[in-house]
Amino acid sequence: MAEVEKIRIEEAPETLAMDPKKFILWGFIVTIIMLFASQTSAYLVRRAEGNWVEFQIPQIFWYSTVVLVISSVAMHWAYLAAKKDNFNTLKIAISITFVLGMAFLVMQFLGWKDLVAQNVYFVGNPSGSFFYVFTLLHGIHLITGLMVLCVTFISSMRLKVHAKNLRRIEICTTYWHFLDILWIYLFVFLLYFR
Amino acid sequence: MSVVEANLEHDVHAHDEHEHHEELNFWRKYIFSEDHKVIAKQYMITGIFWAIIGAAMSVVFRIQLGFPGADISWMKPFLGKWITETGALDPNFYLALVTMHGTIMVFFVLTAGLSGTFSNFLIPLQVGARDMASGFLNMLSFWFFFVSSVLMFVSIFLETGPAAGGWVVYPPLSALPQAHMGSEMGMTLWLLSMAIFIMSSLLGSLNYVTTIINLRTRGMTFTRLPLTIWAFMITAILGIISFPVLLSAALLLIFDRHFGTSFYLSEIYINGEALPNVGGSPILFQHLFWFLGHPEVYIVLLPALGITSEIIATNSRKPIFGYRAMIASLMAIAFLAFIVWAHHMFVTGMNPFLGSIFMFLTLIIAVPSAVKAFNYITTLWRGNIVFTPAMLFSIGLVSLFVSGGLTGIILGNSALDIQLHDTYFVVAHFHIVMGAASAFGFFAGIYHWYPKMFGRMMNSTLGQLHFWLTFAGVYLVFFPMHYIGIAGFPRRYYQFTSFDFGKSFTDLNMFVSIAAIFTFFAQFVFLWNFFYSMFKGKVAPMNPWKSTTLEWTTPVNVGHGNWVGEIPAVYRWPYDYSKPGSDVDFIPQNVPHSQTPESNFPHENEYIAQEKEIEAQNYNDQFQVH
Ligand code: HEM
Ligand SMILES: [Cu+2]
Repeated sequence: MAEVEKIRIEEAPETLAMDPKKFILWGFIVTIIMLFASQTSAYLVRRAEGNWVEFQIPQIFWYSTVVLVISSVAMHWAYLAAKKDNFNTLKIAISITFVLGMAFLVMQFLGWKDLVAQNVYFVGNPSGSFFYVFTLLHGIHLITGLMVLCVTFISSMRLKVHAKNLRRIEICTTYWHFLDILWIYLFVFLLYFR
Repeated sequence: MSVVEANLEHDVHAHDEHEHHEELNFWRKYIFSEDHKVIAKQYMITGIFWAIIGAAMSVVFRIQLGFPGADISWMKPFLGKWITETGALDPNFYLALVTMHGTIMVFFVLTAGLSGTFSNFLIPLQVGARDMASGFLNMLSFWFFFVSSVLMFVSIFLETGPAAGGWVVYPPLSALPQAHMGSEMGMTLWLLSMAIFIMSSLLGSLNYVTTIINLRTRGMTFTRLPLTIWAFMITAILGIISFPVLLSAALLLIFDRHFGTSFYLSEIYINGEALPNVGGSPILFQHLFWFLGHPEVYIVLLPALGITSEIIATNSRKPIFGYRAMIASLMAIAFLAFIVWAHHMFVTGMNPFLGSIFMFLTLIIAVPSAVKAFNYITTLWRGNIVFTPAMLFSIGLVSLFVSGGLTGIILGNSALDIQLHDTYFVVAHFHIVMGAASAFGFFAGIYHWYPKMFGRMMNSTLGQLHFWLTFAGVYLVFFPMHYIGIAGFPRRYYQFTSFDFGKSFTDLNMFVSIAAIFTFFAQFVFLWNFFYSMFKGKVAPMNPWKSTTLEWTTPVNVGHGNWVGEIPAVYRWPYDYSKPGSDVDFIPQNVPHSQTPESNFPHENEYIAQEKEIEAQNYNDQFQVH
């Protein structure tokens, strides 16, 4: 019993349920989920009303999805490196994630061009407009993800990310994985409810 | 490697050093402050500013409704070209005024003003935290609100006037600049302002929830949280879930307006010419809007209910009746709020069967609402009631909540709503249950926590006068309005005298307008009291209302970090008023059970054993340097 008591005092158990900064991140993720949930419900409600033009989703969106998934793997690699205080690997892995993220955005943009070539425009039948809105909104969020990556990269340059201070890299990893999953959701949704 | 090690060492010690206690300069202390108490006051002052503007607008259009075509050329200095040659109010500006009044009151006064003031002020003080989880985001939240306020304010002075499609901004009216002059630049600024407002509200709400969950002091378990905090937390969660949906709706509207997409527009002819838009659905907007809109009415009301719970218990000198039932009913109301939105759309051509489902869900809200009403009344029952102005406003709120809730049940019936939809009956319903009730919560909160905010007392006689004038005024304005609505008067009409049936209700409309002007002027009693007491009020004691919650354990003039020295630990729930056996009539939350053996219930004696455990816990002190 005395043993237990001692440990308790030494470890000073937290009344904290969670790190507040990480908690805020999860709250932020909830707001993004609600934004896209409302967009996709609007899509379904509108689609149910008929007058809906179907079109082929360009190939390149498949490729961009693969790129984004790989970037998530790289992100995880960075996280593991940080845990092991492997600073060189950490920097390389974050850079790879960043480059893949950029590549994803470029491919999304090329995808828009393909859509235009198919005569699917932003202005026109809502089926096309929604496609542009979803990709645009996701792209904007991905840009914020890239900014978080930059900040994390700079802190790892300054050796502020390491096994004893994982908060930054954890926030960055969670957010990046979330953006990845969000895109997969949107993509599957768009494929399925064409 | 050794360099890295040294760096790591340094960093481990440094990463919590961000809090310091050097004197801040004027700008950091009063303008771009990260202190929750300063931010709360900034919200309060901005909210009061907007409330004055919103109320003044209502007086202008009430004059037109009560005295159609009245000569108001004396308002020319304010309204300028919006006064016609005959001296009457311009019909276009009438619509703009109604729209701005609604937007300002719902979003800027009762959402930002009410939650912004009291969530910011009370959450850290009542859960026992030094400040919000992120002072920076909190500051950002206020300044986003400020920018959004500036945009909305500027829109009032546009050549073409501010938005004029009603506070619900339904397309196509709001989507087509040709529809009305308010749908030009005014609507653009409205959308921009609201988008920024939504971000402000989200930042605020995230901070509130995070602080409540993660920064409670030692011993402050969830079942020891004051009901104010529960209400603020549930309000914030409602906001986090519903505001992004409004952003969605607004975004699609922006695309329709500025890029020519057809989300909400379809087959529209203007002056015989077809617009290019095909395939859109205006009903889609209504779904998105009311998915926010209905939770929004509770975002406005719940903080007021939380404030009331606290004040009624304190001033009845009795524990709140049904603490857990109060929490459960808050949760039930919040949950139901998300599945009833279509009761605003019964007459949009919705499938009647679907209508019945929404009617059923809507009427269930009456159950948790009644639980709250009865719990307030049973708390008052045989209490030693102290009629402070805050208490009067809280009791007034209960009265308004009941009267307005009853008309809600009438409106919730999809068949009755066919007659009542978009009439003054709806206007009466929501002004009583949302507008007036929440405003009463706002007043109650200000009267109650003024001593903590400014270290001085407000004048209580003037407060009581303010209450009676306002209480009588509100009922005189909104009760007759129900009859006007049942008679079939539609809302948002410039005048009714062109119809025969309209003539018979001219007197009643006149009566309502006079009562409204009377109530408007009654508010100056409050304003005077508020500003005068700030400088000349009696200096407040530490705990003027003999209350149990933690904010009253701070010094009279609360400094940065709230408590001098350690943050107090918490050992009991916040409602130990008039406890049998105790010789004082209230026991603050930070008094351990071991010090009150005479009044402990048998099960509470068991808590004594836990006191050591609570004290052994981490201080959970954000400002502490590790
Ligand atoms: C028993 C509880 C309630 C029921 C059954 C109820 C039902 C309704 C219904 C059916 C309508 C739509 C009327 C129409 O447009 O034809 C309505 C309107 C409204 N209600 Fe309630 N209500 C209740 C309580 C509340 C509360 C507590 C609030 C606010 C705090 C509130 C705020 C509003 C507002 C703002 C509107 C009108 C919005 C607009 O059209 O501009 N209601 N209510
Ligand atoms: Cu509603």
